[in-house]
Amino acid sequence: VSDLRCAFLGRVPYAEGLGIQERLVAAVRRGDAPDTLLLLTHPDVITLGRTADPEHVLVSDAERERAGVPVFDAGRGGDVTYHGPGQLVGYPILALRDGRRDAHRYLRNLEEGLIATVGAYGVSAARVDGLTGVWTGGAKIAAIGVRIGTGWITSHGFALNCGSDLSGFSMIVPCGIGDRSVTSLSACTGREIAPDEVAPVAASAVAAALGRRPVWEPAAA
Amino acid sequence: MRVDVVMPQMGESIAEGTITRWMKQIGDSVSRDEPLFEISTDKVDAEIPSPAAGKLVEIKNQAGETVPVNQVVAILDTDASAAVAAAPAATQPAPEPPKAAAPPAPAPAAAPAPAPKAPEAEAPRGEGGFISPVVRKIADEHGIDPSRVTGTGAGGRVTKKDILDFVAQGGAKAAPAPAPQAPSRPAAAAAPSPAAPSPVTFAAGARVERQAMSPMRKKIAEHMIESRRTSAHVSSVYEVDMTRVVKMREAFKSVYMERHGTKLTITPFFVKAACDALRAWPVINASVDGNDIVYKKDLNIGVAVALDWGLIVPVVKNADELSIAGLTRKINDLAERARAKKLVPDEVAGGTFTITNPGIFGNLFGLPIINQPQVAIMGCGGIEKRPVVVDDAIAIRSMMYLSMSYDHRIVDGAVADQFLAMVKKGLQEFDESLL
Repeated sequence: VSDLRCAFLGRVPYAEGLGIQERLVAAVRRGDAPDTLLLLTHPDVITLGRTADPEHVLVSDAERERAGVPVFDAGRGGDVTYHGPGQLVGYPILALRDGRRDAHRYLRNLEEGLIATVGAYGVSAARVDGLTGVWTGGAKIAAIGVRIGTGWITSHGFALNCGSDLSGFSMIVPCGIGDRSVTSLSACTGREIAPDEVAPVAASAVAAALGRRPVWEPAAA
Repeated sequence: MRVDVVMPQMGESIAEGTITRWMKQIGDSVSRDEPLFEISTDKVDAEIPSPAAGKLVEIKNQAGETVPVNQVVAILDTDASAAVAAAPAATQPAPEPPKAAAPPAPAPAAAPAPAPKAPEAEAPRGEGGFISPVVRKIADEHGIDPSRVTGTGAGGRVTKKDILDFVAQGGAKAAPAPAPQAPSRPAAAAAPSPAAPSPVTFAAGARVERQAMSPMRKKIAEHMIESRRTSAHVSSVYEVDMTRVVKMREAFKSVYMERHGTKLTITPFFVKAACDALRAWPVINASVDGNDIVYKKDLNIGVAVALDWGLIVPVVKNADELSIAGLTRKINDLAERARAKKLVPDEVAGGTFTITNPGIFGNLFGLPIINQPQVAIMGCGGIEKRPVVVDDAIAIRSMMYLSMSYDHRIVDGAVADQFLAMVKKGLQEFDESLL
């Protein structure tokens, strides 16, 4: 079992997060950095996956500008998503090897890790056939969208809704799925759960689902 | 030299990919492993590196097109590569400065004039047209020659649906006669199927009713006979004290329903104990290929599910990587969808070891037939309270017979017995903290 370095970076602007990922992907590819699970939160932002439909952004550019919510092209799979302060974002930057070089298997592993994470808070979640992500009671609690770069190096990853404020999602049609709503750990448990509290739990569960041993590095990267 | 660039297979169950952008244009030089194009499948965006150094001379599929795995999407000319060949990672694309709300300029629609169409025949496509790996795999599993399947895909290509329809219609392992059915040939001349060596005859008026086997029944019949013919079956039986597991299951049943929304059954305990023992005795998780023993690194555990109309063995892939809660959910989900006929072919393929439970109707144990090409199958008999001797006293314990049939070609009796002893120990001393 190989190690997976895990670190919580706190709040990172989306653009800065992209830069960190880019540098780390290059370093992992060269063998200069260990496989790493970056955990962080983003200020309000809307991101578009490679197959995103711009129609799924529901607010006008003017409204967005006024609210100070930027839009980014993310270079990951999937449609439109929203990130905000109440959400734990995870970017596993790692090299998939041997039998794990299977994009679907990787997605299913991330889902398994997230199901275990919310399970630790007593929330029973599951997959829904054909809808990547993690669902509970018909609502999405975690979204997944990944990128696999040259050499099977992964980036981007998942966003787990922790805090109770989900109003940011009203700016978009999450992942282009109109008839499903979103929920969060706080909404499911009835108590406020912050992303930094969930980070170590998610690190262990996601590492385990990926067959790795988590090595917690609070002040890394 | 011209080198084909193909749509890569990004996963076992992924049959196609959508090209989202070309990072190089016709005429551009590219070094080996430099990103050439990007594809999108489901929630995954992937960057595809160039297979060789050279000059991009043809792009067959533009951004936005969805292409089956292994289809040629572009052609490189490697003779033109001398200049770039020596520049490997140095040409990493400059990290795009993240820019707000600015989509990457889409490839101009009228951009490079399409290169003169290369003659279609150049790429070796195998007999009877292109066969995707997915189709090939399904064909191999069912012993079908794909050239016998009528393709409905582009250019008469055999699609996944075509081959699955063919299987569903009972095409698997049917008479190999490739010749078009000559209508004049009398039906009686058809060679008897290997599963029915001698025709059973009944006098006219005999009190029997004749019914054609369903395609599923036929497949089961073929597999059973084929397995008997292939493996040297031997069986062992152990007696296991299940009291601890039974109590644990009782204690955690409601917790699981509450916490995980799923019913805790005994099966995950068997799967967990088997996985631990399989890791210790890898030859049980192997196959025979000619004169070779093939050890499988993944533990993909088939769990037999009885259906009203037969039996199916969905597979829990990488079962050793799942928690007990994960196993429970997975097994229940597979069993439910098996009964609802909603399994996809991938979910019944690739098993490396099988567990069956012949005990549900109260029998003591069964000696099952191996699920080829595996080399062992474990049978869990019924659990019932029996008087047993514990510390020289007679106690009432929940007992079960645990059997296994194994292929004596590669599995020795001593190995099989030590494997079963480990499963027994794993069950009798099951670690409660795993729940």
